[in-house]
Amino acid sequence: MARFRLNGKTVSPAVSDDTPLLWTIREALGLTGTKFGCGIGECGACTVHLDGVAVRSCVTPTRVADGHEVTTIEGLAGPHRLHPLQQAWIDEQVPQCGYCQSGQLMSAAALLGRTPRPTDAQIDAAMAANLCRCGTYQRIRRAIHRAAAAMQREA
Amino acid sequence: MGARPVDRSRRHFLKVSAVAGGLMLVGFSLDGCAGDSASTATANGGFAPNAWIRIAPDDGVTIIVAHSEMGQGVMTALPMLVAEELEVDLDKVDVEFAPAQRAYDNPALGLQATGGSTSVRTSWLPLREAGATARAMLITAAARHWKVDADGLRARSGRVFNPATGDSLAYRDLAAAAARLPVPEKVRLKEPGDFRLIGTPYPRVDVPSKVDGSAVFGLDIHVPGLLIATVERGPGFGAAVRSFNADAAMQVAGVRHVVQITTGVAVVADSFWQAQQGRRALSIRWDQPNAGRDSAGIAARYRRLAQQQGAQVRDVGDAPHVLDTAAQVLDVSYQVPFLAHATMEPMNATAHVRADGCDVWVPTQNQGGSQDVAVAITGLPYARVRVHTTQLGGGFGRRSELDFVAEAVQLSQRVGAPVKVIWTREDDTRHDFYRPAMRHRLRAGLDASGRAVAWMHRVVGPSISARAMPAFVPAVLPHWVPRVIKRMASGTAGLVTEHRVDNAAVEGARDVPYAYPNIRVEYVMDEDAFVPVGFWRSVGHSHTAFAVESFVDELAHRAGEDPVAYRRHLLRGHPRRLGVLDLAARKAGWGASLAPRHYQGVAVHECFGSYVAEVAEVSVSGKGKLTVHRVVCAVDCGHVVNPDTIRAQVESAVVYGLSAAILPGSEITIEDGRAKQDNFDSYQVLRMDQMPRVDTWIVQSNAAPGGVGEIATPPIAPAVANAVFAATGKRVRSLPIRPEALTA
Repeated sequence: MARFRLNGKTVSPAVSDDTPLLWTIREALGLTGTKFGCGIGECGACTVHLDGVAVRSCVTPTRVADGHEVTTIEGLAGPHRLHPLQQAWIDEQVPQCGYCQSGQLMSAAALLGRTPRPTDAQIDAAMAANLCRCGTYQRIRRAIHRAAAAMQREA
Repeated sequence: MGARPVDRSRRHFLKVSAVAGGLMLVGFSLDGCAGDSASTATANGGFAPNAWIRIAPDDGVTIIVAHSEMGQGVMTALPMLVAEELEVDLDKVDVEFAPAQRAYDNPALGLQATGGSTSVRTSWLPLREAGATARAMLITAAARHWKVDADGLRARSGRVFNPATGDSLAYRDLAAAAARLPVPEKVRLKEPGDFRLIGTPYPRVDVPSKVDGSAVFGLDIHVPGLLIATVERGPGFGAAVRSFNADAAMQVAGVRHVVQITTGVAVVADSFWQAQQGRRALSIRWDQPNAGRDSAGIAARYRRLAQQQGAQVRDVGDAPHVLDTAAQVLDVSYQVPFLAHATMEPMNATAHVRADGCDVWVPTQNQGGSQDVAVAITGLPYARVRVHTTQLGGGFGRRSELDFVAEAVQLSQRVGAPVKVIWTREDDTRHDFYRPAMRHRLRAGLDASGRAVAWMHRVVGPSISARAMPAFVPAVLPHWVPRVIKRMASGTAGLVTEHRVDNAAVEGARDVPYAYPNIRVEYVMDEDAFVPVGFWRSVGHSHTAFAVESFVDELAHRAGEDPVAYRRHLLRGHPRRLGVLDLAARKAGWGASLAPRHYQGVAVHECFGSYVAEVAEVSVSGKGKLTVHRVVCAVDCGHVVNPDTIRAQVESAVVYGLSAAILPGSEITIEDGRAKQDNFDSYQVLRMDQMPRVDTWIVQSNAAPGGVGEIATPPIAPAVANAVFAATGKRVRSLPIRPEALTA
């Protein structure tokens, strides 16, 4: 049985090791902010961080998380305030239906982790694997720039 | 809920009183007869003057939203209408979704549902009247308390003020007294110049919950004892189970039940993954009435039908005669494919059927139909069937259908536990109600100078209304269909069955606005349709605008005129169309110099009570690679409620239409009686690196509000196609645009 840290807490869910991490997080561990969109790693709605790296939890067997740190949208904010990306998402009024946005935010957070001031092209490249049917892409781009600037000011 | 459930006879009364006395009466009647002094009190000593407002002594003001939030912003725009007149601060009120009740019927649709870009249009007056009525009663209550004349009092920010004394009272403290007052028959609405909220870019109330994972969508519902179901549906359209073997599936850990339901064979388990394992172990034999049928056969049938005369939907002058005698005739056809909705949240629903009642939690655009379905399946009275609307992970028309609701109710009833049915992406793509594939034959008679003097448009394809009607529904569909449809389609039924006309097929073509002296528009219904078709963002406009605005562009070039100037001339007498056309052209720099190898195309369209023009700027590489760089959109949607929501909806609708216009993999093709595509690797949707810059300009207007959620989808395909013609000289007559069509 896999044992890993989820948003800072140790968990050992009672699921078979081949269960996709997405369903373990959603059903066995009860955190539903991470979404099911395609089941084949094509849409990005299920994006979580595994040791800080964005992964598609719908195609990641739970056993892969064993001994590692998993972060979901519920763990993105700091203890007392939102992550700068979450604040930028609000400031730019990014979400429409909102279903894809957990995955968008987790992908964007991973991007800023390795590229603190991304260009439009770098944003497009990093975010092209996260689908949004409401067409919020233009606002996502703006919000990532806004968050990047805010994080740099704070650094 | 402050509003009590009402029984069937009462519902009838409500409907009648709505006709007789306006929508306010519907609200008031919910808790008793209008004017009944006890009618507006709630059980906890609060005040519920109508179906949309509840003021409790302890938790303050709640505004109830009867429409579904699917990203279009109703959860903010509709409370803005109430709050403006009620004089409350929107950040201090709770917003909650309405239960399924006839009081919340959408007057444009005849049932409680969200579609047709009707939410703000139909709520603009009733919700403001609801707020103003409550405000008047609260002011009267304060006047009585202070023993002063109500005329001298003012309401603001959830309090009534007496400017003469400086006293004020909170609404919550006035609620009990207000609830004992008679409901005023007439109230005065604020003048637009006095609006403080309407017309401002108020931040959406649902956004904070959509950046921290806390928003609850249908898939996120959990109730104690919940089981998860996944359904193996037929391999082709119309397929029915002949026999199945569940032995292996029942051996899978966690699998509790294998149940045949109307749509297929369901595996019910403790978790989704276990249900999926069980489903893979099923062995099913199917009857497949449509095996072997494919897209090529459908296209060939449409070609034949395009040679036949259709039902006339518009006839001006004598277009056939003028065509016969014209110096020159242009005779071309445009084609569009089947399209899936591909909402990001796959279809799902949760139901808990018990002996004494039924709860349904569902991301639906159709609360009324959901309740109908559950009542019909369970036999429970309406008052015992509660529909809880969750957030919708996209709707686009798909969630007006009821197939997934019926599955959840059937399953919960059969297994005696709460059941959530989860569709996979493959299920969702293969069992959609698709935007129909259509063929448009367009002919123009040209005079000796190349100017069009006759316009003949024949629309060919299946009828969405016919699909939704009982006479056309295959016997395998459940018995609840006729009842739902009777309400939904009562207005269109006669048209479709007797006259073979479906507005959903010809809207946007029938009302072609260009001042040609001879116009005929016809519809030829495909009577042999087997692919399920449905309402896809902007419905008929999604394809008619492509045909009409592309063909007008062809005629402009035949006449040797600039496409904007040509349209302007033929749109005289249509000031709002001209207004958006001019605005879009100006803001896009139409006719000015562009970046090297960039070209522009334009389209203008009216739908859902609003007017939109779009200018697309594109480039096409030597290998036929099309890039859309920028889209300038001008919108006249009447009075603006929330300008930022309008901009967001324009961006959204442009992307939705662009996806289907420019991505070679954005189409559903039919093979062996079924959809060939099944997931995002085979059904392409637009990604961020393909997203153009979208600039939105809104015409200031005091006209009644028009629709917003769908209006920017229809013009994008023709605007891009017309820009492609400017760039390459190639006329795009088939969507999606393919690179190979743009080379050589």
